[in-house]
Amino acid sequence: MIPVTGLMFPAIAALDPTRPDPDALLAKLAADEVRAARGKLKIFFGASPGVGKTYAMLVAAGQMRAQGVDVVVGVVETHGRSETAALLRGLEMLPPREIAYKGHLLKEFDLDAALARQPGLLLMDELAHSNAAGSRHPKRWQDVEELLAAGIDIYTTVNVQHLETLNDVVSGITGIKVRETLPDRVFDLADEVVLVDLPPDELLQRLKEGKVFLPQQAERAIQNFFRKGNLLALRELSLRRTADRVDEEVVAYRRDQSVAAVWPTQNSLLVCIGPEPGGEKLVRNGARLAAQFDVPWHVIYVETPELLRLPEARRTRLLRIHKLAAELGAKTAILPGEDAARVALTYAREHNLGKIVLGRRSVGWRAYRFPWQRRFSTRLGALAPDIDLILVELGGAAREETAQAVKTPFANPIGKAGGRTGWRQYGLALAAVIAVTLFATPLHDILELANIVMLFLLAVLFAAFKLGRGPALLASFLSVAAFDFFFVSPRLTFAVHDAQYLVTFAVMLAVALTIAHLTASLGFQARVAASRERRMRALYEMARELSSALVLEQIDEIGDRFVSSTFGVHAHLLLPDAQGKLPVNLARGEVFDLGIAQWALDHGQAAGCGTDTLPASPVLYVPLKATMRVRGVMAIAPRQEGGLLNPEQQRLLDTFAALIGIALERVHYIAVAQEALVSMESERLRNGLLSSISHDLRTPLTALVGLIDAMMLIEPKLPPPHQELATAIRDQALRTNAQVNKLLDMARLQDGKVILRREWQPLEDAVGAALQACTTLLEGHTVRIDLPGDLPELELDAVLMERVFSNLLENAAKYTPRGSVIEIAARVTGADIEVSVCDNGPGLPPGREQVIFEKFARGQEESPIVGVGLGLAIVRAIVVAHGGRVWARNRAGDRHPQVGACFLFTLPRGQPPAIKELA
Amino acid sequence: MSEPVVNLVLIEDDKEIRRFLHSALGASGFQVWPAETAERGLIEAATRQPELIILDLGLPDRDGLDVIRDLRAWTPIPILILSARGEEAQKVAALDAGADDYLTKPFGVPELLARLRALLRRVVRIEDGGKALVEFGDLHIDLVHRTVTRAGQAVHLTPIEYRMLTVLLTHAGRVLTHRQLLKEVWGPSHVDRIHYLRVFMAGLRRKLEDEPARPQHLLTVSGVGYRLEI
Repeated sequence: MIPVTGLMFPAIAALDPTRPDPDALLAKLAADEVRAARGKLKIFFGASPGVGKTYAMLVAAGQMRAQGVDVVVGVVETHGRSETAALLRGLEMLPPREIAYKGHLLKEFDLDAALARQPGLLLMDELAHSNAAGSRHPKRWQDVEELLAAGIDIYTTVNVQHLETLNDVVSGITGIKVRETLPDRVFDLADEVVLVDLPPDELLQRLKEGKVFLPQQAERAIQNFFRKGNLLALRELSLRRTADRVDEEVVAYRRDQSVAAVWPTQNSLLVCIGPEPGGEKLVRNGARLAAQFDVPWHVIYVETPELLRLPEARRTRLLRIHKLAAELGAKTAILPGEDAARVALTYAREHNLGKIVLGRRSVGWRAYRFPWQRRFSTRLGALAPDIDLILVELGGAAREETAQAVKTPFANPIGKAGGRTGWRQYGLALAAVIAVTLFATPLHDILELANIVMLFLLAVLFAAFKLGRGPALLASFLSVAAFDFFFVSPRLTFAVHDAQYLVTFAVMLAVALTIAHLTASLGFQARVAASRERRMRALYEMARELSSALVLEQIDEIGDRFVSSTFGVHAHLLLPDAQGKLPVNLARGEVFDLGIAQWALDHGQAAGCGTDTLPASPVLYVPLKATMRVRGVMAIAPRQEGGLLNPEQQRLLDTFAALIGIALERVHYIAVAQEALVSMESERLRNGLLSSISHDLRTPLTALVGLIDAMMLIEPKLPPPHQELATAIRDQALRTNAQVNKLLDMARLQDGKVILRREWQPLEDAVGAALQACTTLLEGHTVRIDLPGDLPELELDAVLMERVFSNLLENAAKYTPRGSVIEIAARVTGADIEVSVCDNGPGLPPGREQVIFEKFARGQEESPIVGVGLGLAIVRAIVVAHGGRVWARNRAGDRHPQVGACFLFTLPRGQPPAIKELA
Repeated sequence: MSEPVVNLVLIEDDKEIRRFLHSALGASGFQVWPAETAERGLIEAATRQPELIILDLGLPDRDGLDVIRDLRAWTPIPILILSARGEEAQKVAALDAGADDYLTKPFGVPELLARLRALLRRVVRIEDGGKALVEFGDLHIDLVHRTVTRAGQAVHLTPIEYRMLTVLLTHAGRVLTHRQLLKEVWGPSHVDRIHYLRVFMAGLRRKLEDEPARPQHLLTVSGVGYRLEI
C-alpha cells in the first residue's frame, strides 16, 4: 500500500500555486493593525550633510500645515541658514527641556511635553542623534518609537552613514567612524522614505559658497569627508539603499496581491559569532544579507567550556555584539555546549535555517593554525553537506575597538570565570615542590630516580587540584628544575651527564603540564556545574515557595530573599492599584523613580540601569509579566552603576521576574475567585430568603382569598350582610398581597444588582399589560392613551416595565377622586423617549416632587390612603436600571388651565434591530 | 347540575389551599381528587382518568417541571399551573414543557373557574373537529375561506399575521409562550426571534383591536407570551 496521507499535502498545495502563505497574511494583518493605531514615520534620507534634507522636510511640513494638519516642531537644526529658518517661521516650536549635566545646562528634546501636546505631526530632525545623559532613552529614534506608538506622525531626517549596517562600509570609504547609528529596522519600518538627492558637484559648489554648515573645530576632518570620491560613493550607497527599500515595497505589494507563487522558506540565515574580533562586521554583514534575501535571521554564540574562561572584557564584548544583532532585528541566542559545530547545526535544523554565515580570516597572524585545528567551517561542511555556508572575510576588518572592561552590575551567579589565584597559591605550589625535594633528598639512595619523578608529579597533581592552573604550571616547571638540580648527577648543577635524562625531563614536563591542564579544567567545569546546579536549585526552591504563597507580602519577601541571595542586591516589588497606577506612598524610605517604574509597567519592558530606557537611573526596573498582563515591577538597585547584565544573569533575572509575575497573578485570581464566591453565596442566600418569605406570606393569603370565595360559592349562600363582610376581608387580603409584592420588588431592586432581561418591543405592550393588570383598580377612572404610531421600539424588560406602569397607574388611581382622567403619553426627545402619566386630580404637595420617589415617602405624612410608599421608589429603581431618569411635577402652568400631577420618565432609544418579513 | 361531572386531579401541598379548592370546585361541578405530593398526584392522574390537572409548581418532593414532563410522556390532558408571582422564567419553562396555562397566587375562584372552562372548551372543540367560523367581539373569522372581517369590513392580513391568528385561535383562552408561538408560526429554527413576534403582534393589534394600546383580545402576558381572550 502506498501511504496516501503523505502525498496529500503537496497535492493540495499544488492545486492553487498562487495561494499566499496564510501565516504571512496573518502576520501582515497583525502588522496592519499595529500600524493603524501607530503614527506614520516619514524619513527624509540623504547621502551626506548639506543635501537639503531639513529644508525638504520643512517644505513638506508646510504643505501639511496648509492642509490643516496640526504641525509642531520638536527638533529642527537650522545650522544658522536663513532659508531654513524662514520656513520655520509660523510653526509652533516645542520648548526644549534643560538638563543639568556635570555643571553644563544641556538643551534636549522634551519627550513628555510632546506626548502631552499630542500634535498631528511632529518634526524631529536627525533621527540618529544621541540624547543627552539623563534623558529617558539614550537615542532619539527610541523617543520617536514612543511617539509613534502614541499615534503621533513624525517627519525626520537621516544620513546614509548613520545606518547601522552601512556603518562599516561608510567608515571604510571615508575613514571616519560614525558613532551615532540607527538600526536598519527603524529605517525599514518607516512608512515612507523620501530620498533627498543632490549631485556631488552641486554639493561641493554649495560648500564653496558657504551654504553648508561646518563646525570650526572639526574643519579638517570634514574637509576630508567632503571629497568628491567620498560623496560619489555615499550617493551610490544611499541610492542603492533606497532602491532596496523600494524593492521590498514591491515584494510586499506582490505579497498583498498574490502575484508570486513561490515563497522561500528555507533561506533563513544563521550567523555564528565566535570569540575572535570582527564579530560586529559579521553581524552587520548578516543583517545586510538577510535584508537582501528578505528572510529572517538568527545570531548565535556557542559558549563552550573553553570560552567560559575568556576574560570578562571579551565576554562583555560578545554581549555588545549580541545586543547589536538584536537591535538589527535578529533573533539571538547564547547556547551552552561542548561541540560548537554540532550545537550550531542542531539550532539551524530546529529553526529551519538553510544558510549559515561564518567569519573567516585569511590574512594576519590569526590566519595560521596547526594542522590538527580544523576550521569551524570545514567541520560544519563535513557534518552537514546540505547546508549552505557563507564565509565573511574578517581579516581586513577595522581595528578592533578596545572594549572597556565593564563590570556587570550584579554579583555573578556563576562566580568568577576562573578560580581565584593569588600569590598565596603560587607560594603554596613552590612550597609543595620544596617539600617533595626535602622529603626525597634523604631517600635518594634508596629510591630509583623514576620513583622520585613520581613524587614530583604528585606535587603537580596537588597544585593543579587545589591551587589552580597557574600554580600547577609553576609546579610543573619547578619540579623538572628541582629534579635536575638535586637528583640527576652531577647533582647541584643543571648540567646532565647522561643524555637519556633529557628524555626523562621532556616526558616529565609533558606529563606534568597535561595533568595540570586536565585537572584544572576538571575543577573549573565542576565549579561551573555546581553553580548551575545551585542556580537551578534556587529557581526550583523559589518556584516551590512562590507556589505556596497566599498573600502579596509573602511574594515580596520570597522575591527579595532569592534575588538578594543570587545577585547580592535587594529587590522590591512595586504593585499597581486597580487603575494600573503604581502607588505613590512607598514604605521603607525607598528611593525609586516611580515615573520609570510606571513606564516599565505600561510598556512591559525593563527600564533603568543597564537597559535602553533611562540607563542613567541607578535602579533597574523589571516588569513582572504574567499570562494575562504585567502584574507589577521589580525594582533592583545594583551595586555598581552602568554595565550590562550577562546572559546568564539576564536569563535568571527574567525567570525570577516571570515566576514572581505568575505568583502575583495567581494570588490576584485567588482574591477574585474568593470575592466572586462570597458575592455568589450572599446572592444565593438573599434569593433563598426572598423566595421563602414570598412563599410563606403568599400561601396563607391565597388560602384566605380562596376560602372566602369558596364560602360564597357553597350552598347555602351567605346572607347579604355576611357576603359584604366576606368581600371586605377578601379585598384586605388582596391589598396585603399587593404590599408584600412591592416590598419584595423593592428588596430585589434595592442593591442595584437588577438583572434586566431586555428585549426590543413596542412600549404599548407594557402599557397594555399594565392596564389589564390594573383593571379593577382603575374602575371609575378614565384612561386615555396617546402613543404615537411611529414610536420606535425600545429595549425593555417587559415584566419590570409593566410594573412601572402598574405602579404609576395605581398611584394615580389612589390619589385622585373617582371619575378623574389619567393620560398616558409618550414622545421622542432627541436620544430618549419621554413617557408621561398625568392625572387631573389634586396634584402633588408643592416641594415634595422629588421626595416622593424616596422609599416609604408619601405625598402627605398622615393620609387616609393606604400604602407604604414604595410604588414610586420601585418606578425609579426600574427606570434608572434602564438608563433613564424619572421626575414629577404639577400640571399647573401648562397651557391648559388644568391641575393634576404628572409623572415623567425617559428611556434611551438605542438602535432597534432591522426587521424583514419572514414569509 | 346540567353539566356532566368533570374529573380533576389537584396536586397541591398546602392543606388550606387544597381545602378551599376542593370545596369551591366541588360546588361548581368538578369531582376533585386531591394529592399532597407529586408522587401521589401522578398515581391519581393515572388511575382517576381526569380531564384536568391542577399542579402547584412548588411541591416538596419533586420539581414541578419534572411532573409535567412525566405527565406529558403519556397524556395530553390539560394542565393548569399554580405559581408564585415574579417567577416568569419558571412559568415559561413549565409552559414550554407542556403545561397549558398558569395562574398566579393568590387568585380568586372565579378567575380559576374561567381558566378551567377555557381549557375544557378546547377539549370540546377538538372533539368537534374544529369550527369553520369563529366570532368574537366585532370580529368574524372564516377558517375555511381564510377571510377576516371586522364590523362587516374586510381586514387584509399578511400570511404571517393570518397564521399567527389561527395559532392563537386554536389555543384560545390559554397562554402561548413566545417560543411556542414562534415555533408554530415561523418554524422551529426561529424560536429566538421574539422581536419579530412583537412587531407582528403590534401589526395584528392595529388591524383587529379598537385601541391597540388597550387590547381586549390579543393580550400580552409580560415576560411569558400572549393569550387570545375570546
